Amino acid sequence: MTVTTATRPAISVSGLRKSFGDKVVLDGIDLVVTEGTVFSLLGPNGAGKTTMVRILSTLVPAGGGSIRVAGHDLAKEPDAVRAAIGVTGQFSAVDNLLTGEENLKLMADLHHLGRVDGRRRIAQLVERFDLGEMARKPASVYSGGMRRRLDLAMTLVGEPRLIFLDEPTTGLDPRSRHAMWQIIRGLVADGVTIFLTTQYLDEADQLADRIAVLDHGRIVVEGTPDELKSRIPGGHILLRFGDPTALHTAARVLAAAQIDDDALTLQVPSDGDVRSLRAVLDRLDDAQIEVDRLSIHTPDLDDVFFAFTGTPVTAATADATTGGNR
Amino acid sequence: MTSLAYTLTDSATMFRRQLRHIQRYPSLTGMLIGMPVVLLLLFVYVFGETLGAGLPGGGGDRSAYVNYLVPGLLLFAASGAAQGTAISMAMDMTEGIIDRFRTMAISRASVLTGHVLGSLLQTALCMAVLLGVALAIGFRPTATPLEWLAAAGVLLAAGFALTWLSVALGLISDSVETASNTPMFLILLPFLGSGFVPTDTMPTVLRWFADYQPFTPVTETLRGLLLGSGIGASALISLAWCAVISLLSYLWAKRAFRRRAAR
Ligand SMILES: Nc1ncnc2c1ncn2[C@@H]1O[C@H](COP(=O)(O)OP(=O)(O)OP(=O)(O)O)[C@@H](O)[C@H]1O
Ligand SMILES: [Mg+2]
Repeated sequence: MTVTTATRPAISVSGLRKSFGDKVVLDGIDLVVTEGTVFSLLGPNGAGKTTMVRILSTLVPAGGGSIRVAGHDLAKEPDAVRAAIGVTGQFSAVDNLLTGEENLKLMADLHHLGRVDGRRRIAQLVERFDLGEMARKPASVYSGGMRRRLDLAMTLVGEPRLIFLDEPTTGLDPRSRHAMWQIIRGLVADGVTIFLTTQYLDEADQLADRIAVLDHGRIVVEGTPDELKSRIPGGHILLRFGDPTALHTAARVLAAAQIDDDALTLQVPSDGDVRSLRAVLDRLDDAQIEVDRLSIHTPDLDDVFFAFTGTPVTAATADATTGGNR
Repeated sequence: MTSLAYTLTDSATMFRRQLRHIQRYPSLTGMLIGMPVVLLLLFVYVFGETLGAGLPGGGGDRSAYVNYLVPGLLLFAASGAAQGTAISMAMDMTEGIIDRFRTMAISRASVLTGHVLGSLLQTALCMAVLLGVALAIGFRPTATPLEWLAAAGVLLAAGFALTWLSVALGLISDSVETASNTPMFLILLPFLGSGFVPTDTMPTVLRWFADYQPFTPVTETLRGLLLGSGIGASALISLAWCAVISLLSYLWAKRAFRRRAAR
Protein backbone atom coordinates (compact mmCIF):
# COMPACT_ATOMS: atom_id res chain seq x y z
CA MET A 1 0.00 0.00 0.00
CA THR A 2 1.53 3.29 -1.03
CA VAL A 3 -1.39 5.53 -0.13
CA THR A 4 -0.67 7.78 2.83
CA THR A 5 -2.48 6.69 5.95
CA ALA A 6 -3.73 10.15 6.84
CA THR A 7 -6.22 10.33 3.99
CA ARG A 8 -6.92 6.72 3.26
CA PRO A 9 -10.56 5.89 3.83
CA ALA A 10 -11.18 2.96 6.14
CA ILE A 11 -14.64 2.57 4.68
CA SER A 12 -16.07 3.96 1.49
CA VAL A 13 -19.57 3.18 0.40
CA SER A 14 -21.41 4.41 -2.65
CA GLY A 15 -24.93 3.69 -3.76
CA LEU A 16 -25.45 0.98 -1.15
CA ARG A 17 -28.88 -0.61 -1.33
CA LYS A 18 -30.53 -3.39 0.59
CA SER A 19 -34.05 -4.73 0.70
CA PHE A 20 -35.61 -7.63 2.55
CA GLY A 21 -38.35 -8.86 0.23
CA ASP A 22 -40.37 -5.80 -0.73
CA LYS A 23 -39.09 -3.76 2.16
CA VAL A 24 -36.35 -1.33 1.18
CA VAL A 25 -34.10 -0.87 4.18
CA LEU A 26 -31.14 0.98 2.68
CA ASP A 27 -31.84 3.13 -0.34
CA GLY A 28 -28.66 4.52 -1.84
CA ILE A 29 -26.15 5.20 0.93
CA ASP A 30 -22.90 7.07 0.26
CA LEU A 31 -20.36 7.57 2.99
CA VAL A 32 -16.66 7.73 3.68
CA VAL A 33 -15.00 7.00 6.99
CA THR A 34 -11.44 8.29 7.32
CA GLU A 35 -8.88 6.10 8.98
CA GLY A 36 -8.30 6.76 12.65
CA THR A 37 -11.60 8.56 13.21
CA VAL A 38 -14.88 7.74 14.91
CA PHE A 39 -17.87 7.71 12.62
CA SER A 40 -21.24 7.53 14.28
CA LEU A 41 -24.43 6.40 12.62
CA LEU A 42 -27.58 7.67 14.28
CA GLY A 43 -31.13 6.82 13.47
CA PRO A 44 -34.46 5.82 14.97
CA ASN A 45 -35.34 2.19 15.64
CA GLY A 46 -35.60 0.27 12.42
CA ALA A 47 -33.69 2.88 10.41
CA GLY A 48 -31.27 0.23 9.16
CA LYS A 49 -28.23 0.81 11.36
CA THR A 50 -27.74 -2.84 12.25
CA THR A 51 -28.35 -3.84 8.66
CA MET A 52 -25.62 -1.43 7.63
CA VAL A 53 -23.17 -2.86 10.17
CA ARG A 54 -24.05 -6.41 9.12
CA ILE A 55 -23.40 -5.57 5.48
CA LEU A 56 -20.11 -3.76 6.14
CA SER A 57 -18.91 -6.61 8.35
CA THR A 58 -19.62 -9.23 5.63
CA LEU A 59 -22.51 -10.89 7.47
CA VAL A 60 -25.17 -10.00 4.93
CA PRO A 61 -24.64 -9.40 1.22
CA ALA A 62 -25.44 -5.91 -0.05
CA GLY A 63 -28.27 -5.54 -2.55
CA GLY A 64 -26.29 -3.11 -4.69
CA GLY A 65 -23.63 -0.44 -4.69
CA SER A 66 -19.90 -0.61 -4.23
CA ILE A 67 -18.21 -0.94 -0.89
CA ARG A 68 -14.57 -0.92 0.14
CA VAL A 69 -13.65 -1.79 3.69
CA ALA A 70 -10.07 -1.61 4.99
CA GLY A 71 -8.80 -1.25 1.47
CA HIS A 72 -10.58 -4.31 0.07
CA ASP A 73 -13.60 -4.75 -2.12
CA LEU A 74 -16.23 -6.21 0.17
CA ALA A 75 -17.87 -8.35 -2.50
CA LYS A 76 -14.65 -9.71 -4.00
CA GLU A 77 -12.43 -10.19 -0.96
CA PRO A 78 -14.64 -10.76 2.05
CA ASP A 79 -11.94 -12.78 3.81
CA ALA A 80 -9.41 -9.96 3.54
CA VAL A 81 -12.02 -7.63 5.04
CA ARG A 82 -12.72 -10.10 7.84
CA ALA A 83 -9.04 -10.29 8.66
CA ALA A 84 -8.94 -6.52 9.16
CA ILE A 85 -12.09 -5.85 11.15
CA GLY A 86 -13.53 -6.51 14.59
CA VAL A 87 -17.26 -6.54 15.24
CA THR A 88 -19.27 -6.14 18.41
CA GLY A 89 -22.85 -6.50 17.31
CA GLN A 90 -26.02 -5.19 18.86
CA PHE A 91 -26.76 -8.60 20.35
CA SER A 92 -24.38 -10.49 22.56
CA ALA A 93 -21.91 -12.66 20.65
CA VAL A 94 -20.27 -14.60 23.46
CA ASP A 95 -20.34 -18.34 24.04
CA ASN A 96 -22.57 -18.75 27.06
CA LEU A 97 -21.33 -22.22 27.97
CA LEU A 98 -17.72 -21.05 28.15
CA THR A 99 -16.16 -18.90 30.85
CA GLY A 100 -14.98 -15.38 30.03
CA GLU A 101 -11.41 -16.58 29.89
CA GLU A 102 -12.29 -19.52 27.65
CA ASN A 103 -14.16 -17.17 25.34
CA LEU A 104 -11.05 -15.01 25.06
CA LYS A 105 -8.88 -18.10 24.57
CA LEU A 106 -11.19 -19.22 21.77
CA MET A 107 -10.62 -15.89 20.03
CA ALA A 108 -6.86 -16.08 20.61
CA ASP A 109 -6.79 -19.56 19.05
CA LEU A 110 -8.89 -18.48 16.08
CA HIS A 111 -6.51 -15.56 15.53
CA HIS A 112 -3.67 -18.07 15.65
CA LEU A 113 -1.86 -16.28 18.44
CA GLY A 114 0.74 -18.56 19.94
CA ARG A 115 0.27 -19.98 23.42
CA VAL A 116 2.46 -17.34 25.07
CA ASP A 117 1.14 -14.36 23.12
CA GLY A 118 -2.40 -15.59 23.59
CA ARG A 119 -2.01 -15.87 27.35
CA ARG A 120 -0.47 -12.44 27.64
CA ARG A 121 -3.21 -10.86 25.54
CA ILE A 122 -5.95 -12.54 27.55
CA ALA A 123 -4.44 -11.41 30.84
CA GLN A 124 -4.21 -7.85 29.51
CA LEU A 125 -7.83 -7.82 28.39
CA VAL A 126 -9.15 -9.38 31.61
CA GLU A 127 -7.36 -6.59 33.45
CA ARG A 128 -8.38 -3.79 31.10
CA PHE A 129 -12.04 -4.79 31.05
CA ASP A 130 -12.14 -5.38 34.76
CA LEU A 131 -13.41 -8.95 34.42
CA GLY A 132 -11.42 -10.12 37.43
CA GLU A 133 -12.66 -13.22 39.23
CA MET A 134 -15.69 -13.43 36.96
CA ALA A 135 -13.41 -14.38 34.07
CA ARG A 136 -13.46 -17.91 35.47
CA LYS A 137 -17.27 -18.10 35.54
CA PRO A 138 -19.46 -19.16 32.60
CA ALA A 139 -20.66 -16.18 30.55
CA SER A 140 -24.26 -17.30 31.11
CA VAL A 141 -24.13 -15.88 34.65
CA TYR A 142 -22.71 -12.48 33.61
CA SER A 143 -24.68 -9.27 34.09
CA GLY A 144 -25.60 -7.32 30.97
CA GLY A 145 -22.78 -4.84 31.45
CA MET A 146 -20.17 -7.50 32.05
CA ARG A 147 -21.34 -9.47 29.03
CA ARG A 148 -20.98 -6.31 26.94
CA ARG A 149 -17.43 -5.83 28.19
CA LEU A 150 -16.53 -9.43 27.46
CA ASP A 151 -18.05 -9.01 24.01
CA LEU A 152 -15.81 -6.04 23.23
CA ALA A 153 -12.79 -7.70 24.82
CA MET A 154 -13.29 -10.66 22.47
CA THR A 155 -13.39 -8.28 19.53
CA LEU A 156 -10.08 -6.76 20.61
CA VAL A 157 -8.15 -10.03 20.91
CA GLY A 158 -7.14 -9.83 17.25
CA GLU A 159 -6.15 -6.15 17.55
CA PRO A 160 -8.30 -5.05 14.61
CA ARG A 161 -7.61 -1.66 13.01
CA LEU A 162 -11.27 -1.11 12.18
CA ILE A 163 -13.99 -1.85 14.69
CA PHE A 164 -17.75 -1.89 14.29
CA LEU A 165 -19.70 -1.21 17.45
CA ASP A 166 -23.46 -1.57 17.16
CA GLU A 167 -25.02 0.21 20.12
CA PRO A 168 -22.16 -0.65 22.48
CA THR A 169 -23.60 1.07 25.54
CA THR A 170 -27.28 0.22 25.27
CA GLY A 171 -28.42 -1.11 28.62
CA LEU A 172 -25.32 -0.02 30.51
CA ASP A 173 -25.48 2.05 33.70
CA PRO A 174 -23.86 5.50 33.61
CA ARG A 175 -20.63 4.30 35.19
CA SER A 176 -20.23 1.42 32.74
CA ARG A 177 -21.14 3.71 29.88
CA HIS A 178 -18.39 6.14 30.81
CA ALA A 179 -15.97 3.25 31.24
CA MET A 180 -16.90 2.06 27.75
CA TRP A 181 -16.35 5.57 26.38
CA GLN A 182 -12.91 5.61 27.96
CA ILE A 183 -12.07 2.33 26.30
CA ILE A 184 -13.26 3.62 22.94
CA ARG A 185 -11.21 6.80 23.36
CA GLY A 186 -8.20 4.65 24.19
CA LEU A 187 -8.69 2.70 20.97
CA VAL A 188 -8.94 5.89 18.96
CA ALA A 189 -5.76 7.17 20.57
CA ASP A 190 -4.06 4.04 19.26
CA GLY A 191 -5.21 4.96 15.76
CA VAL A 192 -8.09 2.49 15.48
CA THR A 193 -11.01 3.47 13.24
CA ILE A 194 -14.43 3.10 14.82
CA PHE A 195 -17.80 2.77 13.16
CA LEU A 196 -20.32 3.31 15.92
CA THR A 197 -24.08 3.18 15.94
CA THR A 198 -25.97 4.52 18.88
CA GLN A 199 -29.33 5.64 20.20
CA TYR A 200 -27.68 8.07 22.57
CA LEU A 201 -27.03 11.39 20.98
CA ASP A 202 -24.74 12.52 23.77
CA GLU A 203 -22.64 9.45 23.05
CA ALA A 204 -22.18 10.49 19.44
CA ASP A 205 -21.50 14.04 20.62
CA GLN A 206 -18.83 12.75 23.03
CA LEU A 207 -17.10 10.31 20.75
CA ALA A 208 -17.70 10.98 17.09
CA ASP A 209 -15.62 12.97 14.65
CA ARG A 210 -18.40 12.71 12.13
CA ILE A 211 -22.04 11.84 12.49
CA ALA A 212 -24.54 10.65 9.92
CA VAL A 213 -28.24 10.47 10.59
CA LEU A 214 -29.99 7.59 8.88
CA ASP A 215 -33.72 7.68 8.29
CA HIS A 216 -35.99 5.77 5.94
CA GLY A 217 -33.02 4.16 4.26
CA ARG A 218 -31.20 7.38 3.44
CA ILE A 219 -28.60 9.52 5.11
CA VAL A 220 -30.52 12.68 5.83
CA VAL A 221 -27.64 14.72 7.21
CA GLU A 222 -23.95 14.23 7.78
CA GLY A 223 -21.18 16.30 9.33
CA THR A 224 -19.21 17.03 12.49
CA PRO A 225 -21.29 17.35 15.67
CA ASP A 226 -20.83 21.14 15.58
CA GLU A 227 -21.81 21.41 11.93
CA LEU A 228 -24.96 19.45 12.63
CA LYS A 229 -25.90 21.58 15.61
CA SER A 230 -25.37 24.75 13.62
CA ARG A 231 -27.74 23.56 10.95
CA ILE A 232 -30.82 23.53 13.12
CA PRO A 233 -32.80 26.41 14.63
CA GLY A 234 -31.34 27.91 17.81
CA GLY A 235 -32.32 27.15 21.36
CA HIS A 236 -35.34 28.24 23.34
CA ILE A 237 -36.70 28.92 26.77
CA LEU A 238 -39.44 26.58 27.81
CA LEU A 239 -42.03 28.03 30.18
CA ARG A 240 -44.67 25.94 31.88
CA PHE A 241 -47.82 27.44 33.37
CA GLY A 242 -50.28 26.29 36.01
CA ASP A 243 -53.46 26.90 33.98
CA PRO A 244 -54.63 27.66 30.42
CA THR A 245 -55.52 31.31 31.26
CA ALA A 246 -51.98 32.09 32.32
CA LEU A 247 -50.71 30.24 29.28
CA HIS A 248 -52.80 32.26 26.85
CA THR A 249 -52.11 35.59 28.52
CA ALA A 250 -48.41 34.83 28.32
CA ALA A 251 -48.74 33.82 24.70
CA ARG A 252 -50.23 37.25 23.93
CA VAL A 253 -47.43 38.98 25.82
CA LEU A 254 -44.68 36.98 24.18
CA ALA A 255 -45.69 37.21 20.56
CA ALA A 256 -42.96 35.01 19.09
CA ALA A 257 -43.69 32.09 21.37
CA GLN A 258 -44.85 28.70 20.22
CA ILE A 259 -47.76 27.40 22.26
CA ASP A 260 -48.55 23.86 23.39
CA ASP A 261 -52.04 23.70 24.95
CA ASP A 262 -51.78 20.13 26.19
CA ALA A 263 -48.50 20.54 28.04
CA LEU A 264 -49.37 24.13 29.12
CA THR A 265 -45.99 25.25 27.80
CA LEU A 266 -44.62 28.09 25.76
CA GLN A 267 -41.46 27.82 23.75
CA VAL A 268 -39.68 31.16 23.34
CA PRO A 269 -36.77 31.34 20.89
CA SER A 270 -33.57 32.28 22.71
CA ASP A 271 -29.88 31.60 22.41
CA GLY A 272 -29.69 31.19 26.17
CA ASP A 273 -28.00 34.48 27.14
CA VAL A 274 -28.97 36.14 30.40
CA ARG A 275 -30.18 39.41 28.89
CA SER A 276 -32.86 37.85 26.68
CA LEU A 277 -33.90 35.60 29.54
CA ARG A 278 -34.31 38.59 31.85
CA ALA A 279 -36.32 40.42 29.20
CA VAL A 280 -38.77 37.54 28.90
CA LEU A 281 -39.18 37.31 32.69
CA ASP A 282 -39.64 41.07 33.01
CA ARG A 283 -42.43 41.09 30.49
CA LEU A 284 -44.18 38.22 32.27
CA ASP A 285 -43.77 40.06 35.59
CA ASP A 286 -45.23 43.23 34.11
CA ALA A 287 -48.26 41.30 32.98
CA GLN A 288 -48.38 39.60 36.42
CA ILE A 289 -48.27 36.09 35.05
CA GLU A 290 -47.12 33.25 37.28
CA VAL A 291 -44.66 30.84 35.68
CA ASP A 292 -44.65 27.33 37.09
CA ARG A 293 -41.32 26.18 35.73
CA LEU A 294 -38.67 27.33 33.37
CA SER A 295 -35.99 25.48 31.51
CA ILE A 296 -33.38 26.66 29.05
CA HIS A 297 -32.79 24.53 26.05
CA THR A 298 -29.62 24.93 23.99
CA PRO A 299 -29.52 23.06 20.70
CA ASP A 300 -28.07 19.59 21.01
CA LEU A 301 -28.04 16.49 18.91
CA ASP A 302 -31.53 15.59 20.09
CA ASP A 303 -32.73 18.58 18.09
CA VAL A 304 -30.70 17.44 15.11
CA PHE A 305 -32.19 14.01 15.44
CA PHE A 306 -35.74 15.23 15.61
CA ALA A 307 -35.25 17.91 13.01
CA PHE A 308 -33.92 15.48 10.46
CA THR A 309 -35.70 12.22 11.12
CA GLY A 310 -39.14 13.64 10.37
CA THR A 311 -40.55 13.08 13.82
CA PRO A 312 -43.62 15.26 14.51
CA VAL A 313 -43.01 18.50 16.41
CA THR A 314 -45.12 17.41 19.40
CA ALA A 315 -42.78 14.55 20.07
CA ALA A 316 -39.85 16.92 19.82
CA THR A 317 -41.45 19.25 22.34
CA ALA A 318 -42.19 16.42 24.73
CA ASP A 319 -38.61 15.30 24.55
CA ALA A 320 -37.33 18.84 24.99
CA THR A 321 -39.23 18.98 28.29
CA THR A 322 -37.60 15.85 29.64
CA GLY A 323 -34.36 16.89 28.02
CA GLY A 324 -34.34 20.03 30.16
CA ASN A 325 -34.52 17.95 33.32
CA ARG A 326 -31.57 15.72 32.59
CA MET B 1 1.02 -21.52 7.51
CA THR B 2 -0.93 -22.63 4.48
CA SER B 3 -4.67 -22.26 4.33
CA LEU B 4 -5.07 -26.01 4.76
CA ALA B 5 -3.05 -25.82 7.96
CA TYR B 6 -5.31 -22.98 9.15
CA THR B 7 -8.38 -25.03 8.34
CA LEU B 8 -7.01 -27.86 10.47
CA THR B 9 -6.04 -25.60 13.40
CA ASP B 10 -9.42 -23.85 13.30
CA SER B 11 -11.22 -27.18 13.23
CA ALA B 12 -9.16 -28.34 16.20
CA THR B 13 -10.06 -25.13 18.05
CA MET B 14 -13.75 -25.64 17.31
CA PHE B 15 -13.44 -29.26 18.42
CA ARG B 16 -12.04 -28.10 21.77
CA ARG B 17 -14.94 -25.69 22.08
CA GLN B 18 -17.32 -28.58 21.41
CA LEU B 19 -15.62 -30.71 24.07
CA ARG B 20 -16.22 -27.94 26.59
CA HIS B 21 -19.86 -27.78 25.56
CA ILE B 22 -20.23 -31.53 26.03
CA GLN B 23 -18.58 -31.19 29.42
CA ARG B 24 -20.79 -28.24 30.48
CA TYR B 25 -23.98 -29.89 29.29
CA PRO B 26 -23.56 -33.47 30.54
CA SER B 27 -27.27 -34.31 30.71
CA LEU B 28 -27.49 -34.59 26.92
CA THR B 29 -24.57 -37.02 26.77
CA GLY B 30 -26.06 -38.93 29.69
CA MET B 31 -29.32 -39.34 27.82
CA LEU B 32 -27.54 -40.43 24.64
CA ILE B 33 -25.54 -43.05 26.54
CA GLY B 34 -28.53 -44.22 28.57
CA MET B 35 -30.99 -44.78 25.74
CA PRO B 36 -29.25 -47.69 23.98
CA VAL B 37 -28.32 -49.29 27.30
CA VAL B 38 -31.94 -49.22 28.44
CA LEU B 39 -32.97 -50.70 25.10
CA LEU B 40 -30.35 -53.43 25.45
CA LEU B 41 -31.61 -54.44 28.88
CA LEU B 42 -35.24 -54.25 27.76
CA PHE B 43 -34.77 -56.36 24.66
CA VAL B 44 -32.53 -58.91 26.31
CA TYR B 45 -34.37 -59.41 29.59
CA VAL B 46 -37.96 -58.75 28.55
CA PHE B 47 -38.18 -59.91 24.93
CA GLY B 48 -34.90 -61.85 24.72
CA GLU B 49 -36.12 -65.38 25.37
CA THR B 50 -38.99 -65.16 22.87
CA LEU B 51 -37.05 -63.30 20.19
CA GLY B 52 -34.12 -65.69 20.61
CA ALA B 53 -36.40 -68.62 19.84
CA GLY B 54 -37.38 -67.01 16.55
CA LEU B 55 -33.84 -66.58 15.23
CA PRO B 56 -32.93 -68.51 12.09
CA GLY B 57 -31.99 -72.11 12.82
CA GLY B 58 -34.52 -72.10 15.68
CA GLY B 59 -34.05 -73.06 19.28
CA GLY B 60 -32.11 -69.93 20.20
CA ASP B 61 -32.52 -68.41 23.64
CA ARG B 62 -31.74 -65.22 25.52
CA SER B 63 -27.97 -65.61 25.18
CA ALA B 64 -28.25 -66.16 21.42
CA TYR B 65 -30.38 -63.03 21.16
CA VAL B 66 -27.80 -60.83 22.95
CA ASN B 67 -25.34 -61.70 20.23
CA TYR B 68 -27.91 -61.01 17.53
CA LEU B 69 -28.98 -57.69 19.06
CA VAL B 70 -25.72 -55.90 19.82
CA PRO B 71 -24.54 -54.99 16.26
CA GLY B 72 -27.90 -53.34 15.49
CA LEU B 73 -27.92 -51.59 18.86
CA LEU B 74 -24.48 -50.13 18.17
CA LEU B 75 -26.00 -48.44 15.14
CA PHE B 76 -29.01 -47.42 17.17
CA ALA B 77 -26.57 -45.71 19.56
CA ALA B 78 -25.09 -43.85 16.62
CA SER B 79 -28.49 -42.62 15.42
CA GLY B 80 -29.39 -41.60 18.96
CA ALA B 81 -26.18 -39.59 19.15
CA ALA B 82 -27.05 -38.09 15.78
CA GLN B 83 -30.21 -36.70 17.30
CA GLY B 84 -28.06 -35.07 19.98
CA THR B 85 -25.89 -33.61 17.24
CA ALA B 86 -28.85 -32.04 15.47
CA ILE B 87 -30.04 -30.55 18.76
CA SER B 88 -26.67 -29.07 19.69
CA MET B 89 -26.12 -27.75 16.16
CA ALA B 90 -29.52 -26.03 16.18
CA MET B 91 -28.88 -24.68 19.66
CA ASP B 92 -25.54 -23.31 18.58
CA MET B 93 -27.11 -21.53 15.62
CA THR B 94 -29.29 -19.54 18.02
CA GLU B 95 -26.15 -18.27 19.77
CA GLY B 96 -24.80 -14.88 18.83
CA ILE B 97 -21.27 -16.20 18.72
CA ILE B 98 -21.92 -17.86 15.36
CA ASP B 99 -22.29 -14.36 13.89
CA ARG B 100 -18.98 -13.44 15.44
CA PHE B 101 -17.31 -16.43 13.80
CA ARG B 102 -18.74 -15.31 10.48
CA THR B 103 -17.07 -11.90 10.75
CA MET B 104 -13.69 -13.53 11.38
CA ALA B 105 -11.23 -14.78 8.82
CA ILE B 106 -11.61 -18.42 9.77
CA SER B 107 -12.49 -21.44 7.73
CA ARG B 108 -16.27 -21.48 7.75
CA ALA B 109 -16.58 -25.22 7.70
CA SER B 110 -14.53 -25.37 10.90
CA VAL B 111 -17.62 -24.60 12.99
CA LEU B 112 -19.29 -27.63 11.43
CA THR B 113 -16.19 -29.79 11.63
CA GLY B 114 -15.96 -28.99 15.34
CA HIS B 115 -19.50 -30.25 15.81
CA VAL B 116 -18.85 -33.37 13.78
CA LEU B 117 -15.68 -34.27 15.68
CA GLY B 118 -17.34 -33.59 19.03
CA SER B 119 -20.31 -35.73 18.06
CA LEU B 120 -18.14 -38.56 16.82
CA LEU B 121 -16.44 -38.62 20.19
CA GLN B 122 -19.83 -38.66 21.89
CA THR B 123 -20.95 -41.48 19.61
CA ALA B 124 -17.82 -43.48 20.38
CA LEU B 125 -18.49 -42.99 24.08
CA CYS B 126 -22.08 -44.23 23.72
CA MET B 127 -20.89 -47.30 21.81
CA ALA B 128 -18.12 -48.07 24.29
CA VAL B 129 -20.51 -47.96 27.25
CA LEU B 130 -23.03 -50.07 25.35
CA LEU B 131 -20.38 -52.64 24.46
CA GLY B 132 -19.18 -52.76 28.06
CA VAL B 133 -22.69 -53.46 29.38
CA ALA B 134 -23.34 -55.94 26.57
CA LEU B 135 -20.16 -57.88 27.37
CA ALA B 136 -21.14 -57.91 31.03
CA ILE B 137 -24.54 -59.46 30.30
CA GLY B 138 -23.34 -62.15 27.95
CA PHE B 139 -22.41 -60.71 24.57
CA ARG B 140 -19.80 -63.13 23.22
CA PRO B 141 -18.20 -61.85 20.02
CA THR B 142 -15.82 -64.14 18.15
CA ALA B 143 -13.90 -61.39 16.37
CA THR B 144 -10.12 -61.41 15.94
CA PRO B 145 -8.29 -58.12 16.68
CA LEU B 146 -8.26 -57.39 12.95
CA GLU B 147 -12.01 -57.95 12.75
CA TRP B 148 -12.53 -55.68 15.76
CA LEU B 149 -10.53 -53.02 13.96
CA ALA B 150 -12.58 -53.45 10.81
CA ALA B 151 -15.79 -53.28 12.87
CA ALA B 152 -14.58 -50.07 14.48
CA GLY B 153 -13.89 -48.70 11.00
CA VAL B 154 -17.39 -49.56 9.81
CA LEU B 155 -18.89 -47.96 12.92
CA LEU B 156 -16.77 -44.88 12.37
CA ALA B 157 -17.89 -44.61 8.74
CA ALA B 158 -21.53 -45.00 9.73
CA GLY B 159 -21.15 -42.54 12.61
CA PHE B 160 -19.47 -40.04 10.29
CA ALA B 161 -22.29 -40.25 7.75
CA LEU B 162 -25.00 -39.98 10.42
CA THR B 163 -23.25 -37.06 12.09
CA TRP B 164 -22.92 -34.99 8.92
CA LEU B 165 -26.52 -35.79 8.09
CA SER B 166 -27.68 -34.64 11.50
CA VAL B 167 -25.54 -31.49 11.35
CA ALA B 168 -27.39 -30.65 8.13
CA LEU B 169 -30.74 -31.49 9.77
CA GLY B 170 -29.86 -29.27 12.71
CA LEU B 171 -28.94 -26.42 10.38
CA ILE B 172 -32.19 -26.49 8.42
CA SER B 173 -34.30 -26.56 11.59
CA ASP B 174 -35.86 -23.26 12.55
CA SER B 175 -35.99 -24.18 16.21
CA VAL B 176 -34.36 -26.53 18.66
CA GLU B 177 -37.64 -28.50 18.91
CA THR B 178 -37.70 -29.13 15.19
CA ALA B 179 -34.10 -30.22 15.39
CA SER B 180 -34.94 -32.80 18.03
CA ASN B 181 -37.87 -34.14 15.99
CA THR B 182 -36.51 -34.32 12.44
CA PRO B 183 -33.83 -36.98 13.12
CA MET B 184 -36.49 -39.20 14.72
CA PHE B 185 -36.65 -41.33 11.55
CA LEU B 186 -32.98 -42.20 12.09
CA ILE B 187 -33.89 -43.81 15.39
CA LEU B 188 -36.66 -45.85 13.75
CA LEU B 189 -34.50 -47.15 10.93
CA PRO B 190 -32.58 -49.78 12.96
CA PHE B 191 -35.98 -51.27 13.90
CA LEU B 192 -37.11 -51.31 10.27
CA GLY B 193 -34.07 -53.33 9.28
CA SER B 194 -32.23 -56.37 10.48
CA GLY B 195 -31.20 -54.74 13.76
CA PHE B 196 -33.69 -56.38 16.12
CA VAL B 197 -35.20 -59.31 14.20
CA PRO B 198 -34.31 -60.99 10.88
CA THR B 199 -36.03 -59.26 7.97
CA ASP B 200 -37.49 -62.48 6.53
CA THR B 201 -40.07 -62.53 9.33
CA MET B 202 -41.54 -59.23 8.05
CA PRO B 203 -44.46 -58.69 5.62
CA THR B 204 -43.32 -58.33 1.98
CA VAL B 205 -43.42 -54.54 1.57
CA LEU B 206 -41.70 -53.89 4.87
CA ARG B 207 -39.20 -56.61 4.18
CA TRP B 208 -38.37 -55.10 0.82
CA PHE B 209 -37.77 -51.74 2.50
CA ALA B 210 -35.78 -53.35 5.32
CA ASP B 211 -33.49 -55.22 2.95
CA TYR B 212 -32.61 -52.17 0.92
CA GLN B 213 -32.28 -49.42 3.52
CA PRO B 214 -28.69 -48.57 4.52
CA PHE B 215 -28.88 -49.70 8.15
CA THR B 216 -29.35 -53.34 7.13
CA PRO B 217 -26.10 -53.89 5.21
CA VAL B 218 -24.15 -52.05 7.90
CA THR B 219 -25.75 -54.22 10.61
CA GLU B 220 -25.00 -57.36 8.60
CA THR B 221 -21.38 -56.31 8.08
CA LEU B 222 -20.93 -55.71 11.80
CA ARG B 223 -22.59 -59.00 12.64
CA GLY B 224 -20.27 -60.76 10.23
CA LEU B 225 -17.17 -59.12 11.65
CA LEU B 226 -18.08 -59.56 15.31
CA LEU B 227 -19.83 -62.93 15.22
CA GLY B 228 -18.61 -64.62 12.08
CA SER B 229 -21.91 -64.72 10.14
CA GLY B 230 -21.79 -64.25 6.35
CA ILE B 231 -21.02 -60.75 5.09
CA GLY B 232 -21.26 -61.14 1.32
CA ALA B 233 -21.77 -57.88 -0.54
CA SER B 234 -22.89 -56.07 2.61
CA ALA B 235 -19.49 -54.56 3.33
CA LEU B 236 -19.20 -52.87 -0.03
CA ILE B 237 -22.81 -51.72 -0.03
CA SER B 238 -22.34 -50.31 3.47
CA LEU B 239 -19.24 -48.35 2.60
CA ALA B 240 -20.91 -47.00 -0.53
CA TRP B 241 -23.93 -45.84 1.47
CA CYS B 242 -21.70 -44.22 4.08
CA ALA B 243 -19.61 -42.43 1.47
CA VAL B 244 -22.63 -41.14 -0.46
CA ILE B 245 -24.53 -40.02 2.63
CA SER B 246 -21.43 -38.34 4.08
CA LEU B 247 -20.65 -36.44 0.91
CA LEU B 248 -24.20 -35.30 0.21
CA SER B 249 -24.77 -34.33 3.83
CA TYR B 250 -21.50 -32.43 3.96
CA LEU B 251 -22.45 -30.39 0.90
CA TRP B 252 -25.97 -29.90 2.21
CA ALA B 253 -24.67 -28.76 5.61
CA LYS B 254 -22.23 -26.30 4.11
CA ARG B 255 -24.93 -24.82 1.95
CA ALA B 256 -27.38 -24.61 4.84
CA PHE B 257 -24.75 -22.89 6.97
CA ARG B 258 -24.11 -20.30 4.25
CA ARG B 259 -27.83 -19.75 3.82
CA ARG B 260 -28.38 -19.11 7.49
CA ALA B 261 -25.51 -16.65 7.28
CA ALA B 262 -27.38 -14.46 4.85
CA ARG B 263 -30.48 -14.15 6.99
N1 LIG C 1 -33.45 -10.48 8.02
C1 LIG C 1 -34.41 -9.55 7.87
N2 LIG C 1 -35.54 -9.86 7.21
C2 LIG C 1 -36.51 -8.94 7.05
N3 LIG C 1 -36.45 -7.68 7.51
C3 LIG C 1 -35.36 -7.31 8.17
C4 LIG C 1 -34.27 -8.22 8.39
N4 LIG C 1 -33.31 -7.59 9.08
C5 LIG C 1 -33.76 -6.33 9.29
N5 LIG C 1 -34.99 -6.17 8.74
C6 LIG C 1 -35.78 -4.93 8.74
O1 LIG C 1 -34.94 -3.89 8.33
C7 LIG C 1 -35.24 -2.71 9.06
C8 LIG C 1 -33.97 -2.16 9.67
O2 LIG C 1 -33.54 -3.02 10.71
P1 LIG C 1 -32.24 -2.73 11.54
O3 LIG C 1 -32.10 -3.83 12.52
O4 LIG C 1 -31.11 -2.51 10.62
O5 LIG C 1 -32.59 -1.38 12.28
P2 LIG C 1 -31.78 -0.59 13.38
O6 LIG C 1 -31.58 0.78 12.84
O7 LIG C 1 -30.58 -1.34 13.79
O8 LIG C 1 -32.81 -0.54 14.56
P3 LIG C 1 -32.58 -0.56 16.15
O9 LIG C 1 -32.22 0.83 16.53
O10 LIG C 1 -33.92 -0.94 16.67
O11 LIG C 1 -31.52 -1.56 16.44
C9 LIG C 1 -36.30 -3.07 10.08
O12 LIG C 1 -37.54 -2.64 9.59
C10 LIG C 1 -36.23 -4.56 10.13
O13 LIG C 1 -37.49 -5.09 10.40
MG1 LIG D 1 -29.90 -2.17 15.50
